[in-house]
Amino acid sequence: MCVAVPGKIVAIDESLMATVDFGGSSRDVSVSLLNSPAVGDYVIVHAGFALHKVDPKEAEQTIELMASILNEPSRPE
Amino acid sequence: MSHPDRSDPGLLNKLLDKIRRYDGPPLTIMEVCGTHTVSIARMGLSALLPKGVSLLSGPGCPVCVTPVDIFDEAIYLAREKDVIIATYGDAMRVPGSETSLLEVKAGGGEVYPVYSTTDALDLSQKNKNREVVFIGLGFETTSPTVAHALITAKNLGVNNFSVLSAHKVLLPAMEALLLDPEVKIDAFLCPGHASMVLGWRCYEELAEKYGTPSVVAGFEPHEILLAINMLLAQAKEGAVRVENAYPKAVSEEGNTSALNLLERVFKKVDSKWRGLGMLPGSGYELSDEFADYDARRRFLSGVKFDSSEPAGCSCADVLRGVIAPAQCPLFAKRCTPKDPVGACMVSSEGACGAHYRYREV
Ligand code: SF4
Repeated sequence: MCVAVPGKIVAIDESLMATVDFGGSSRDVSVSLLNSPAVGDYVIVHAGFALHKVDPKEAEQTIELMASILNEPSRPE
Repeated sequence: MSHPDRSDPGLLNKLLDKIRRYDGPPLTIMEVCGTHTVSIARMGLSALLPKGVSLLSGPGCPVCVTPVDIFDEAIYLAREKDVIIATYGDAMRVPGSETSLLEVKAGGGEVYPVYSTTDALDLSQKNKNREVVFIGLGFETTSPTVAHALITAKNLGVNNFSVLSAHKVLLPAMEALLLDPEVKIDAFLCPGHASMVLGWRCYEELAEKYGTPSVVAGFEPHEILLAINMLLAQAKEGAVRVENAYPKAVSEEGNTSALNLLERVFKKVDSKWRGLGMLPGSGYELSDEFADYDARRRFLSGVKFDSSEPAGCSCADVLRGVIAPAQCPLFAKRCTPKDPVGACMVSSEGACGAHYRYREV
């Protein structure tokens, strides 16, 4: 089951196991599939591995997409 | 991190409104991912779509597409080869030809549900005088985690861990559905997390070849509605593009470290799917470098299952979007999540399981 909510890395050990906080509950997650993971990064986790580091700029793009879809002039009635 | 307020009913209504005002050509959209199926069923979205627009559930639920053979192989390993089986919880409940891994466990077999391949590898380290076999299922979202476990095992010199790989390659299945004369798909709602690994550009070849608009979607209701709006906008324009409605998680090129691991640890082989049959280049087997970690080569040489679907189960048609779950004669009667007949009812993200939970009664 895909979990949509990003978690925040709060600690990383030398074997690239991280503690990731999901709004209060934390999980052990491997961050070895990421490029230069760091404490404070938001990550998307699947089956115990972080597979993507969320770039806040990319996250903003969803808002832009929403706006462009919704502000499009609606068809003439 | 700022994001549109998920619970904002105003936003959902606006997105839904826009969908309902669609007046372009008819459009059948297949949602490939099982988690999308669940989200769509929970929203009751199908009933809210305008005339001419429909959603089909596709083959995106990992345990659902895994053929019965694999479960028979795993059951054989647990019973005859005295190995410890580690697998995802859902896989334990899928019926094999005669029994399930869960029943094997109840009868004293050593079958353990694990959350990740890291847990499976730990299990092998805690049981050094036993063989531990992990059943690897799923698409490019889970296969890199198996690849990582195998590389770790090799680096550490672990010799009691192996993988029974039933991993699937996503794109050949999507192509097979586009070629299937019984299935009519105009557009794809592409899976969020497989795309996180594969990158959104991976759909371009299919889109061009078959003229199929494709949009990668996230999992929140507003993210799915956004992606559907983008598909409808394309249909109205008569455009065929691959677009990314999930930029938070999916990049153009995907997770290159994960893709590199896949390249090293696996090789693509022809593979049998529940519902879709044998598809060329659609499965991942361990590469020769990892032959020692291949449970099939180690424990199953000369053993071959060619099992058929449970009698009466229409999973094959459900997985291709040819029928809706409720059209299966066994749905919610002989087949329920408590006592599933087919794999599509076992998993909460299987089309039958999702439709059962959120059906109108
Ligand atoms: S309802 Fe049960 S028997 Fe029918 S297709 Fe779904 S899983 Fe198979």
